[in-house]
Amino acid sequence: MNTPSQPTNQLTTQPTNHPKDHLLTLYCRMVLIREFELRAINERRAGLIPGFIHSCVGQEATAVGACAALNADDAITSTHRGHGHLIAKGGDPKYMMAELAARSTGYCGGKGGSLHMADFDLGILGANGIVAGGIPMATGAALAFQMRGEDRVALAFFGDGAVNEGAFHEAANLAGLWKLPVIFFCENNLYGEGTPQSKQSPVADLAMRAEGYAFPGVIADGNDVLAVYEATQAAVNRARAGNGPTFIEGKTYRFRGHYEGDPMAYRSKEEMEAWRQRDPIPAFRRRLIADAAASEGELRAIEDEVQAALDEAVQFAAGSPAPDPESALEGVYGETHGGSVF
Amino acid sequence: MTREIAFSKALREAMAEEMRRDSSVFLMGEDVGVFGGVFGVSAGLYDEFGEERVRDTPISEQAIVGAGLGAALAGMRPIVEIMFGDFVTVAMDQVVNQAAKARYMSGGKAQVPLTIRITNGAPGSAAAQHSQSPEGWFMNVPGLKIAIPATPYDAKGLLKTAIRGEDPVLFFEHKMLYEVKGEVPEDDDYTVPFGQAAIRRKGTDATIVAVGGVLPKAMEAADLLAKSGISVEVVDPRTLVPLDTETLIESVKKTNRAIIIHEAHRRAGPGAEIAAILAEGAIGYLDAPIVRVATKNVPFPYNPELEDFILPGMGDIVEAVEGVVGYTL
Ligand SMILES: Cc1ncc(C[n+]2csc(CCOP(=O)(O)OP(=O)(O)O)c2C)c(N)n1
Ligand SMILES: [Mg+2]
Repeated sequence: MNTPSQPTNQLTTQPTNHPKDHLLTLYCRMVLIREFELRAINERRAGLIPGFIHSCVGQEATAVGACAALNADDAITSTHRGHGHLIAKGGDPKYMMAELAARSTGYCGGKGGSLHMADFDLGILGANGIVAGGIPMATGAALAFQMRGEDRVALAFFGDGAVNEGAFHEAANLAGLWKLPVIFFCENNLYGEGTPQSKQSPVADLAMRAEGYAFPGVIADGNDVLAVYEATQAAVNRARAGNGPTFIEGKTYRFRGHYEGDPMAYRSKEEMEAWRQRDPIPAFRRRLIADAAASEGELRAIEDEVQAALDEAVQFAAGSPAPDPESALEGVYGETHGGSVF
Repeated sequence: MTREIAFSKALREAMAEEMRRDSSVFLMGEDVGVFGGVFGVSAGLYDEFGEERVRDTPISEQAIVGAGLGAALAGMRPIVEIMFGDFVTVAMDQVVNQAAKARYMSGGKAQVPLTIRITNGAPGSAAAQHSQSPEGWFMNVPGLKIAIPATPYDAKGLLKTAIRGEDPVLFFEHKMLYEVKGEVPEDDDYTVPFGQAAIRRKGTDATIVAVGGVLPKAMEAADLLAKSGISVEVVDPRTLVPLDTETLIESVKKTNRAIIIHEAHRRAGPGAEIAAILAEGAIGYLDAPIVRVATKNVPFPYNPELEDFILPGMGDIVEAVEGVVGYTL
């Protein structure tokens, strides 16, 4: 029936197996994502940010763990809930905040907003407003890498809701058939908007979808950054070795509404509280200290650094000019057309 | 006797009343049930009709439209909802190749009582994939009907006509109209026929054809222009397919000038077709070129000022009307 399985890969996820700077980087990125989201929410309330935001508060471990297993020249595609993916892949909070504030200095010059941020230099092929829209694109990036014989992989982030779109199935089949170096990373946060996953899919473990396309489907504890990292690392190794795709299902939970302002009548306080107890950031922090991987002081210093970086990001955004309204007409086509609208 | 209700409530009433009167009517879509629809249009229907008839679906637009079509072919009267018009692209084959053509390809035998409710319009800073008005794309596809109400009265009456009909209907609901209030009759059995435009305001100097969500802006512009002595007739086509060409042409024959306004993109948008029809039917009566005021040909930007810049605004409408009224050969 519809009872989700326990994660299958909690074998080696001991902090002591990892170098210290790696552990601290993971911690820093998770805190940066969490605090970025909270700032963005506040700044939206304060009027700096005009559009809607789907925050990934609670899901920092999937973004950070997965991207930590990628190289700088690997590619990702992201989703409507993409701020964490971008930061985890090296996105600059300054340009992200400026984009959310619709400024000319933002990642898309104020044209994209939360749903469409991209940084091709960092291998971030874009957030996406269309559920499952990025999955075939990551598959295509993997195709390009394979065709050119490059040692690069692509990773598609998507939610539990997205595996019910044809785009996922068509891309997965193609990737399985051509053994493309792509990782399908499903962040299963149990809901697609207001509808629970159990009412969207007859199977509780979405990882099993991979079986039909002849590649492995792995379940990871999506709130354990090391578990996610190790699962992704294995998938990346597989892809680089020419053995094709892997589906990773990171079981996780979003702490806030689908969007800011969501009344959340579709889920219980008890459920939310139970997941709060499994907050990936304090859990990782406790482990770092318990395993003597880091001191309280070191972690505090990281937290302070994050706050300083975000102060700067907000100031940068607020102090940046708005784009000229007429710039709306630029950038529809490439240079060959003079960039004009016809 | 009339009462005043919001556009979204008018739609809800139409669905509820049709579901009460005909057990083959049902609603399905993403979050239409427990959540009541992302824009609250189906709020309460789940409680009244239950999960069998108000069905929450997975995020699977192709299956939503396609299953609606299949159920229609098998004798049901489905209403399916596409949350943002932008997402109808995911279901394009089922809309364009399947639903639109099922009757014709079967030699006229297939009955296709399928209503596809789709939101359109820019709600503000929703950017390129949540703001489009795709109604024009479908005007080029024979077999589809297209309703685009602008008042609660029409929302309710046209939706009932769609549900009771025998053809696939794309029913466009502008997001910024949902809260707009208007009079509807107490009589819960009225319908509004397709193919009959409504003259919203009589005038003599120019005809504004206002498609869907831009109607309130067009009316406001007409008020403003009246103050400077320009008498504008405002015509609301209410359905784009079928289109009430006669009313449009008659109005232009009287005013001798035409401005077409819509939020769909300008190039090959509904205005292009309407302009051609007016030219074919009233060229000898025109005292000025037919003018379109529509969204500029760029994807929707996120920044609100950029978005305002590309959308048809009050200023653009007033300027266009003054332009054609002051036009000399
Ligand atoms: C094709 C398409 N259908 C519907 C939507 C509306 N929508 C945006 S997010 C969302 C839920 C997605 O759920 P999931 O994939 O689980 O991601 P989560 O929001 O939980 O991160 C929906 C239905 C959309 N953006 N695109
Ligand atoms: Mg989800």
